[in-house]
Amino acid sequence: MARRAGHRGRDWPRTLVRWTILVVIGAYLLVPLLSMLEFSTRGVNSSRTAQAWAAISSYPQMLTGIAVSLELAVLTVLGMLCLLVPTMVWVHLRLPGVRRVMEFVCLLPLTIPAIVLVVGLSPVFAWLTYFFGDTPLVLAFVFVVLVLPYAYRSVDAGLRAVDIATLSEAAQGLGASWWGVLFRIVIPSIRGALLSAAVLSIALVMGEYTIASLLNYNTLQVVLYQVGLQDAPVSVAVSLAALMFGFILLFVVSSAGGRRRGAVREETPLAPLEGGLQS
Amino acid sequence: MTQGADFPLADAGALARGADDTPRPGRPGGGLKSFRPKGRHLGVVPFFVYVAIFLLWPTIIVIVGAFQNSSTGALTFSNITAVFTGSTYLQAFWGSIRLSGETAIAGGVLGALLAWAVAEGNPDGIFRRQIVAMSGVLAQFGGVMLAFAFLATFGYAGVVTLTLHRVAGVNPITSGSWIYSFTGLAVVYTFFQIPLMVLIFLPAVDGLKVEWREASDNLGGGSWAYWRYVAGPILAPAFVGGLLLLFVSAFSAYATAAALISQGSPIVPLQIRTFLTSEVVLGQANMGKALAFGMVVVVAVVMTLYAWLQRRGAKWQAK
Repeated sequence: MARRAGHRGRDWPRTLVRWTILVVIGAYLLVPLLSMLEFSTRGVNSSRTAQAWAAISSYPQMLTGIAVSLELAVLTVLGMLCLLVPTMVWVHLRLPGVRRVMEFVCLLPLTIPAIVLVVGLSPVFAWLTYFFGDTPLVLAFVFVVLVLPYAYRSVDAGLRAVDIATLSEAAQGLGASWWGVLFRIVIPSIRGALLSAAVLSIALVMGEYTIASLLNYNTLQVVLYQVGLQDAPVSVAVSLAALMFGFILLFVVSSAGGRRRGAVREETPLAPLEGGLQS
Repeated sequence: MTQGADFPLADAGALARGADDTPRPGRPGGGLKSFRPKGRHLGVVPFFVYVAIFLLWPTIIVIVGAFQNSSTGALTFSNITAVFTGSTYLQAFWGSIRLSGETAIAGGVLGALLAWAVAEGNPDGIFRRQIVAMSGVLAQFGGVMLAFAFLATFGYAGVVTLTLHRVAGVNPITSGSWIYSFTGLAVVYTFFQIPLMVLIFLPAVDGLKVEWREASDNLGGGSWAYWRYVAGPILAPAFVGGLLLLFVSAFSAYATAAALISQGSPIVPLQIRTFLTSEVVLGQANMGKALAFGMVVVVAVVMTLYAWLQRRGAKWQAK
């Protein structure tokens, strides 16, 4: 911590311990990622080649999978914003008694493993297919539920950071309607929080495998696995690209969180419930 | 995150800045009293209906199905008793619990150390933001991609396997097979547990006040005394809570294991997969629901423990 900078000069054992931890655990985390780079660029006789990366486009199902996952990400973000944000603002301003229930419900998906959810989802998807036809995009309905914990934590932190009640009261006094308050006061005030909610949702949708694969929809991760069975370097290349894409997305979020005035650092919404759960 | 406060409040203008300068305690429900005095609760109906359809309904189907005969639908406990009497199912539960427990402890300890090392640095530095972003990706969005990362590292043609072959002459067939086994699962799971612990534990380490260290130093305590009597007890609830969350995370995980292990089902999620994909067990569909119900029970027990711990921790901090 910066505030301990004064200690650092005479406290060399601490610096030594710190760097040992960073190097050893950092190696554990970095070696598999660097191996992906090596593996996907490996040529004959220890030469380097970009063949696997170029071959990505020769797997049309891979491109389709990427497109499907991107479309799902957009639909999920739209669904999440339309469903969650007005409800949360409404609860925040008008129904504070419902807040605890709302929080409990939003965090519930963390305690129901995706593998459990998928067991009970087939009747729900029978109806969805009946109404919307046989398209993988219906997955977005369930993904909205999966992203709730992450989105809730982001939006909740945003709402707490600004005195929405006073702002709305002022707007109302000047003659604004409920939708006017929502769109012209609340949403501009919490757009940073909405950005991080959207980014987390995108990252989650791009990485989702459990539900898509067991319901037989070919999203990015499902295709990644299938292609990997016949052409591992291509799948490793796409995996590395997808991880980098996720890293950049989340780096944007944590940078947005870093630019703040207050000294108190709250927990990041990357960790809902002070911790997130793998799907 | 409080970044909402950092963005200019475009439409609220001067009002917003006024509100920023004079923070007031929360005034629940104060704002819009005169809007729609009746039917306020209607505003939350769409949300709860949606969650009921896409979260509660499937969960109820699982729980009810666990107690139903697969072909007749009659009430029965035979699915549940089969979980306890069938040695494969019990072994899978034991495998899941062991895998989750071991990787929670390994990942928890290493992650807590890493969180401390990160917290020692500049709180607004780019290094810390990179670590947090990377932790988010690896802990929560990796799934199948982590399996590929480890195959590229330790698989038959993995970087480490081939390096061992070149340097020490180790046969890749013998040194590259463990990654597909239970041990391999444990190593990959630990890989996503470490960053998850960083995300969970970082706020707790940030909460350590430099004054406490100074007070300890002024009273003549060294590093050992500080960690043993000050920082340790303060961090203990957050650490144990973190371990419980890591346990649930590993217990619920499916994607990595599914991508890594195609034959055999040493853990419950993979057992459930066989019920969802194989046609051999068509008449036993509700057996899969019984296993899923078992998972819900285990997670519920751990999360209850977590909630209890949080309450105790909060009480202790309030004193």
